[in-house]
Parts: sequence; structure tokens; C-alpha cells
Amino acid sequence: MNHAMSVNSASDLHQVSDRLAHNAMRHVSERIIEMLLFAAAAVSVLTTVGIVYVLVSESIHFFQHVPLIDFLTDTQWTPLFDDAHYGIMVLISGTLVSSGVALSVAIPMGTIIAIYLSEFANPKVREVAKPVLELLGGIPTIVFGYFALLIVTPLLQKIFPELPGFSLLSAGLVMGIMIVPYIASLSEDAMRAVPMSMREGSYAMGATKLYTAIHVVVPAAISGLAASYILGISRAVGETMILAVAAGMQPNLTWNPMEPAATITSYIVQVALGDLPHGSIGYQTIFAAGLTLLLITLMFNIAGQWLRRRYREAY
Amino acid sequence: MQTHDKPQLKAEARNLNFYYGQTQALKNINMPIYDKKVTALIGPSGCGKSTYLRSFNRMHDLYPGNRYEGEIRFFPDNSNLLSADVDPIEVRMRVGMVFQKPNPFPKTIYENVAYGLRVRGEKNKRILDEKVENALRGAAIWDEVKDRLQDLAPNLSGGQQQRLCIARALATDPELLLFDEPTSALDPIATGAIEELVHELKTRVTILIVTHNMQQAARVSDYTAYMYLGEMIEFGKTDEIFIKPQDKRTEDYITGRMG
Repeated sequence: MNHAMSVNSASDLHQVSDRLAHNAMRHVSERIIEMLLFAAAAVSVLTTVGIVYVLVSESIHFFQHVPLIDFLTDTQWTPLFDDAHYGIMVLISGTLVSSGVALSVAIPMGTIIAIYLSEFANPKVREVAKPVLELLGGIPTIVFGYFALLIVTPLLQKIFPELPGFSLLSAGLVMGIMIVPYIASLSEDAMRAVPMSMREGSYAMGATKLYTAIHVVVPAAISGLAASYILGISRAVGETMILAVAAGMQPNLTWNPMEPAATITSYIVQVALGDLPHGSIGYQTIFAAGLTLLLITLMFNIAGQWLRRRYREAY
Repeated sequence: MQTHDKPQLKAEARNLNFYYGQTQALKNINMPIYDKKVTALIGPSGCGKSTYLRSFNRMHDLYPGNRYEGEIRFFPDNSNLLSADVDPIEVRMRVGMVFQKPNPFPKTIYENVAYGLRVRGEKNKRILDEKVENALRGAAIWDEVKDRLQDLAPNLSGGQQQRLCIARALATDPELLLFDEPTSALDPIATGAIEELVHELKTRVTILIVTHNMQQAARVSDYTAYMYLGEMIEFGKTDEIFIKPQDKRTEDYITGRMG
């Protein structure tokens, strides 16, 4: 009856019934939630922006004193000496050699472990092995550092008597062991996500488990494998404590893993723990080094993104 | 059967039982598979027809807890495919399979078809090229893909993928080809192409096909078996099964009163 009246009166035409009107309370609470979520997202983005800002602005001061060409081509890194040289290649070589050693352990081992866990291990073994493996990734890196210095280096010295007490080889090998669980765990996830129907297709052709794993499962999971390798590279390039403890901290432009050398990260630790005055050129080197490190990891991440897009598998 | 030229046996199930763990999925199945004929397996969902089909290439061996009893005799060897002495990989070398959902490998069209040949150790490029082309022609897809053999197979349409999977199975000249509802994921045109293909293939290979589609069974098969709850209810020539089924349950299923 009310209904009939409201239709008839012209003024009511513009009114909305109470049941369909905007709910003011709901509107407000939705806005508040949205703002909270936005704030949470903004904090992490702003932190990143802040870090980049500090690195870049301090590095600008640094590059006002040191020409970029010297930074890139000088073969010595002696910022704290009277005869100061700022050749970042010295630190980059240490970083790349130790990472290379680490990855030459971690990528093959991680992949093999992933293939075993995903294709061969029976479920009971997998249920135990995977958490144990992931536990290995939870060991503090300082522990790995002393493991390298006190156990792995003496063992290696039995094989290579000329190996010094600090070396990129020893630190790199242990760093590789540290990275294995990351690669194994992520790769195994990627391989297990390959649908069973694809494996069955291969088995039905008379293929063995190993042939199927290598020729069907790995290619199908390649984008996930690439992602795990990129994560491994980022871990290796950014790793600090193992290198600071076991690789020595002498700036040494070398491509020989049997020598001790400083890496970008171990140099930053060394300087940051020292008593250099803020604003001095020596202090600013750590920002230039940090920026270099950021650019290296960024490069690998972009390469990883590209790889994932290139090989994305539609199954 | 009172047939004049009695066809030769390619395989024969004898007192076949199959268990998933404790659950019995196949109950005492006896059934002949005739050489160079198409045999259709029909029945409602869960009746065991796929389970039965997958026994022929020992797919059940891939999963723990599965158990066969009885025999599948395979001719001309006259050996039991299910015997513990028989290597499932050797069985799969001679018994091909096409799956419900097209499952091309993440490789090129060429490498998909060459896969079985490479598994068998074939390395000669000329022989590979020739067999890949023959298989693709056999699966009626050569004209569509001959100019893009190096494209990735997963980029093909669903119907093309399924014909590619048939080509993959054909490339190694299987003696028995298993089809597990090969058209259930395809549109009517692609389905028509596959059915025509099945019809052509029976001059070369013995075919066992599981289908949900009664018309499909009637169109493509020479023999039909009706399964229900893990049992073989009725087996016979397709015409006879569809025109005058002997068993009430078969009749109910075929006429759509059940299933």
C-alpha cells in the first residue's frame, strides 16, 4: 500500500528506499580498511625508495671525488690508504668468484636433489627429507662461516697443501651448501606442479623415470627452475658473513678461487664496523659499493624475469 | 560368435581382477581383443573401463598399492602382459596410448612426435624425419603443421594437440593403441576428425577405445563391451550390442534409462 503511494507522488521519484540507500557505516569502515592496507603496502615501497635514495645520494658525493672511469677500471682498492685507489673491480672479482664457486655446487646439487625428491623418492622419504633440507636453510650464516674456516678449509688443505687459511674456494663451497636447500625446495615445488598427465604421456611411450624427468618434467618446470637459480644467485652475491669469516678481507683482484679476497659485502662489513668519520670519502665508499651490489642483483633479477617470461609453460 | 572369417586374437583378458589397495575395481573380466579391429568400452562413470584400459600398458604400475590378478594374454607372443617377469617398459614400447586430455610435451611439434623414437634410441636424422612425417600424415595433421614443425606443441589448438598425441603414439608403430575417451575435451568438429582417424587406423593397428559417447561407440567400433561396477556385462559385435542387447542392464544403459 505504501508502495502504491510512493509511485504516485512525484517528489518520491528521486528518493531511494532505505533498504537500497548507501550504508554510511559500511562505507567508512571499507575506506579505513583500504587505507590500512595501502599504508602497509606503502611502508615497504617507501623503505625501498629510501634505501635507493640514500645509496644514490651518498654515492653522488663519492663520485664527485672519484671519477666513474677510475671506479670501474682501477685495479686496486685501497680507499683507506694515503695513496687511495677506488677500483671496484677488485671487490666485484671476489664477489663473482665466490658466487661462481657457490653456484657450481648449489645449482647441480639442488637440481639433482629436486629431481630425486619429486620423481623418485617415495612419499615417506620426501615427507622427512624436505623439512630437514629446509632446516639447513635456517642455520645462521655465521655458523656456516666458522664451519668453512675451521672444518672445510683444513680439509681442503689436505687436498691442496698450498691453500691459504682464508680462501674464496672454501667460503664459496660452504656458501653453495647453504644455498642448496633454497634451490632444491623451490625446484621441487616447480617440478611437482607439472601435471601427472604429462608424465603419464611419457611413460606410455616407454620412457623410464629418469628419461621422463630429464626430457619432460624439467623442461615443463623450467621457468620455476630458473626462478630458483636466480634466487640462488641473489643469495650468493649478497651473502656476507661466510665470506667475512672465511674468505679473508684483503682487497685482491683475482679470478683464482684458491686465493683470499674481499667481496663487496665483506668490505662493507669491514668499513661499517670500523671507526671512519661520517661523510669522509672512505665512509662513502660503502655506499658506492652498496649501489654496485644493488645493481648486480637487480640485473640478475631482471634476467630472471625475462627468462621466466621467455620459457613460461602453458599446461 | 557365428562369424564366417573369425578374426584373429590380439589380446585376451582372462579372469582379470584389479585392486586399488583394498578396493576391487575389476571383477573377473574375460574378453577378447581382435586384431586390426576397433573395440569400444562403454559404461557409466566409475564402472572400471579406464582402469581396464590402463591395465593393457601397465600404467597402474606407476602408483603404489595397485595389484593385478589373472591374465592379459598378448599375441602373437602368447605371453601374459601382467606377469611379474614382463617389463612394463617393454609392454609400453608395443602398446601405445592416447589420453583423455591432450598432453603434448613442452617441446616442438617435431620433438613431440620424435619422442618415442628417441626413447628407443633412434638417432639417425633421416629416419627420424621420415617417421615423424609418416606419423603426422597418419594422424591427419601433416598439412596443418608441416610448415611449423619447430613451433611449440602446446600452442596448437585442442583438436590439433590430440591428433599430435595420436601421431606421437603412431610414430613407434604400436601393435595395440589404447584411447581413453580421446574426444571428451574436444568440440564436435575436432571429435569428427578423430573418429574418422580411428576408422582409418584400424587397417594398421588394433584399437581399444573407452568412450562415454554411445553414438561414438556405434560409429567407430567393430566390437563393443559394456561394463558396469567393475564387471564385464556384455561383449559382442557393435551392431548386435546396439540393436538387440542380450542383457537388460546393457539395454537400459544404451537406451538412456540408466547411467
